[in-house]
Amino acid sequence: MTFLQFAFYFFASVLVFAAAMVVTIRNPVKSALFLVLAFFSAACVWITLQAEFLAIVLVLVYVGAVMVLFLFVVMMLDINIAELRAGFTRYLPVGGVVAVLLVVEIVFVLARTFSPQQFANPPSHAADYSNTRELGELLYTTYVYPFEIAAFILLVAIIAAIALTMRARAPRKRIDPVRQVQTRREDRLRIVKMKSASRTAHRDQQDDAS
Amino acid sequence: MIPLSHYLTLGAILFALSVVGIFLNRKNVVILLMSIELLLLAVNLNFIAFSHFLQDPAGQIFVFFILTVAAAESAIGLAILIVLFRSRRTINVEELDSLKG
Repeated sequence: MTFLQFAFYFFASVLVFAAAMVVTIRNPVKSALFLVLAFFSAACVWITLQAEFLAIVLVLVYVGAVMVLFLFVVMMLDINIAELRAGFTRYLPVGGVVAVLLVVEIVFVLARTFSPQQFANPPSHAADYSNTRELGELLYTTYVYPFEIAAFILLVAIIAAIALTMRARAPRKRIDPVRQVQTRREDRLRIVKMKSASRTAHRDQQDDAS
Repeated sequence: MIPLSHYLTLGAILFALSVVGIFLNRKNVVILLMSIELLLLAVNLNFIAFSHFLQDPAGQIFVFFILTVAAAESAIGLAILIVLFRSRRTINVEELDSLKG
C-alpha cells in the first residue's frame, strides 16, 4: 500500500464518519463542527486527485466562511432540540433502507461501468505543473462570462442577505428632499435682538457655563 | 493507485448519508441546510474525480461555479432562517404552514 492509497482511505473513512455524525448527532453546534471536519477531509481527498486549488478554496470558503456563518446562526437561534428531534427513531428505518439501496445500486453500476481497465490512472503531471495557473488561464479566457455571472450571483446574495435581515430602525435619519426644498427662512432662522452686556460680566457668564 | 470507482463509491456513500440526514432531521432547518451542503460536496467529489481521470480541467471549473452558487445559497438560506425565527420563534418545518401550500 503506497502512501497515496493510505492517505485516500484514511481521509475517506474520516469523511464518511464525519458525515454520519453530522446527520445523527443531537446538538446542532456539534453537527456544524463535524461538518467542518467533513469539509476538511474532503479537501484532503481532493488533493489526492491533484486538485490543489479547489481543495484550498474549499477550506478557505467553506471552513473559513460558510461554517462560521452556520455556527453564528446556530448560536443565535434559541432552539428546543428535544422537540426537533421527535420522530428521529421513527424515520430511521426508512432512511436507512433508502441509503443502503442507493449505495448498493450505485456501486452495482459503478463496478461494471468504471472498471480500472477502462479508466486507467492518468500519468502524473510534471514537477513544475501548476493547477492554479491552469484553472486561472481557463477561467479568465474560455469561461470569463460564466465567471462574471458567478460574481453577479455573489453580489445578489450579499444584497439579499442584508435586505432580508436588516431591521428598519424607528426614526430614520433620512433627508426628505421635498421638505428640504420647500423650507423657508422663517422656519429655520430666528433673529434675537438683545443688549450687549459689559465685558467682565460676559466673561463671568462664560466661566459659569463651562 | 486508487481506481476511479473508489472515488465514485465515496461520493455515493456521502450522497446517501446526506439523503438520510434529510429523512431523519426533517424538522430542523439548520441540519437540512447542512445536509444539502454535504450533497453538493458529494457531487463536487464526482466532478473532480472525473476531471482527474479524463484529464479535462473543465470539471474543476464547474466545481468552482458550484461552490460559488452553494455559498450564495447557504447565505440566503440562513438569512431566511433568521427572519423566520424572528417572526415565528421556531424553526420547526412542520409549523411553517402559513402559506397553506
